[in-house]
Amino acid sequence: MKKILCLITITLLLLRCESDAVSANTQTNVSLNFVHAWEDTPVTNSDFNSIQFTNENGEQLSIERLRYLISNVTFTTANNENLVFNGYNLIDVTNNQNLSFTPTGAIPLGTYNNVSFIFGFNNEDNYIEGGYPDLNSASFNVPGMLGGGYHYMQFDGKFINATNEAQGFNYHAIRAVENIGENPTFPKDTFFKVNLGAVTITANTVLTIEMNIAEWFKTPNRWNLNELNQMLMPNADAQIMMFENGQNVFSLKSVNE
Amino acid sequence: MNKRHIHIALVLAFICCACTNERVDTYAPTPISLEIPQLFQDNIIAPVIPSNNPLTAEGVALGKQLFFEPMLSGNNTQACADCHNPQHAFTDISRFSDGIDGSLGNRNAMPLFNLAWNYNERFFWDGKSFSLEHQAFSPVTDPNEMKSSWSEVTQKLQQDANYPTLFQQAFGTSQIDSILVTKAIAQFERTLISANSKFDKFLLGEAQLTPEEQNGFDVFMDEARGDCFHCHGSDKNPLWTDNAFHNNGLDFEFTDLGLGAITGDPADNGKFRSPSLRNLEFTAPYMHDGRFNTLEDVINHYSEGLKPSSTIDPLMKKVAQGGVGLSEKDKADLIAFLLTLSDYEFIEN
Repeated sequence: MKKILCLITITLLLLRCESDAVSANTQTNVSLNFVHAWEDTPVTNSDFNSIQFTNENGEQLSIERLRYLISNVTFTTANNENLVFNGYNLIDVTNNQNLSFTPTGAIPLGTYNNVSFIFGFNNEDNYIEGGYPDLNSASFNVPGMLGGGYHYMQFDGKFINATNEAQGFNYHAIRAVENIGENPTFPKDTFFKVNLGAVTITANTVLTIEMNIAEWFKTPNRWNLNELNQMLMPNADAQIMMFENGQNVFSLKSVNE
Repeated sequence: MNKRHIHIALVLAFICCACTNERVDTYAPTPISLEIPQLFQDNIIAPVIPSNNPLTAEGVALGKQLFFEPMLSGNNTQACADCHNPQHAFTDISRFSDGIDGSLGNRNAMPLFNLAWNYNERFFWDGKSFSLEHQAFSPVTDPNEMKSSWSEVTQKLQQDANYPTLFQQAFGTSQIDSILVTKAIAQFERTLISANSKFDKFLLGEAQLTPEEQNGFDVFMDEARGDCFHCHGSDKNPLWTDNAFHNNGLDFEFTDLGLGAITGDPADNGKFRSPSLRNLEFTAPYMHDGRFNTLEDVINHYSEGLKPSSTIDPLMKKVAQGGVGLSEKDKADLIAFLLTLSDYEFIEN
């Protein structure tokens, strides 16, 4: 009897190990590492609070606060099947928090036609019932009169204005809104999908994604901070310009194990 | 495995069981949980309760007694509650609080409520203390406040007829030290929860706002008018503060460096923690140095009185014009809204 019990136990253990091994060899977590640059120069929070950047329009500026939301990281297979990681990450560059993000779940190893994420929230996620207590706690929500939901980005700093004085700017990206008040309307969705291209995923792959901060001021709209600096949340035209400039902001910098 | 090994294993197992039983018999205070208000439950993340200082009924009761205990001061005349008066939402109506010998500090006492929801756990106007427990260490030895020493305080408490028993009940030891004193006070402070104002009731569908209060809330939330919500919470963040540090344009030059004096970073000079806007009705004067006596003064500051400086927060609008220039009606309505954040139940209990 004892021998039979031992045999059963050993068999079960072996089966368990085998099952783990199979899983470990075919599925993996993927981490996204967010880095930041001003054109070719890396930027971290240690570069904040001093006027040391010059935008496309020739305005000198500083960065004092930068945090933004990404969601729905998606891997597209060779068969055009989308493996979507539901979830989001608030990247807080100012406080050096959440710069690395590992979505919950694993995907099969292999080559994918595309990896993408949403900058901000799509409308369904933006207005999810009950909201997001962690984002509320971080005061990242958007007032109901301005359309509700959440900021996509808060980017604050100072620039040297036309009268040679330092002046604040608040480049806050939200869903473009008009008719602010009880019944706001939405002329255009301003979240966007960031496509990073094909990737090969091996065990514990880390994707390094770069935000070129200069691009927010550059293409296709050359941003004039003397004209557009504050109170941009209720400015639908400004929001649409942010949406357009945001298309070229992110790129896949590297893929590492 | 031979019989001898089996016997040894049985003996060891028996000893382990015996030890386990012994632990069960050890005294443990009564664990309690914070009563989290519905609006907090629905909108924001859980409060911070450190694992090494969980709330207990005995700990909170002891902390409350210590909070009102004058023996914490050098000459037994001053308790925490003297500068943190419950009827004023646990703050002082004086611009600067008197120490035990009449000396004054240089900051207005901060009100105390909803402290367990200060997620980054930086306390005081300048964030100099990390954690409520650590915060409670300072006033006892501050020469401008209670002007005592922890050895004196613990000696007095130890010699008291009741405190050793209360500490035994709260922490399982009658040996009193500063760590246990501050732990008890912090436990009590975490139970100071304010969430029953008219505006809370409005959000819960139990009250109506007047048109003036509603317009005041709209001014608060409108980026082109008050733009208060970026730093002072909202209906979705009912703490009514971000608990972060900002230079809100009070001075051209700084006589008090605030956060900058703590971090040593010039970029933090002139920054102070955003206070909650709850209970403003009871907490005048306002700002870190109590320079404004009325809410009108405060609103006028943001509307016309902003002063530029190197570290002024970019969220301060139209600084060159002195501020956003609210209309008189918007100013009055904004104050009407702010007064809906008064929690009378909190100050009465």
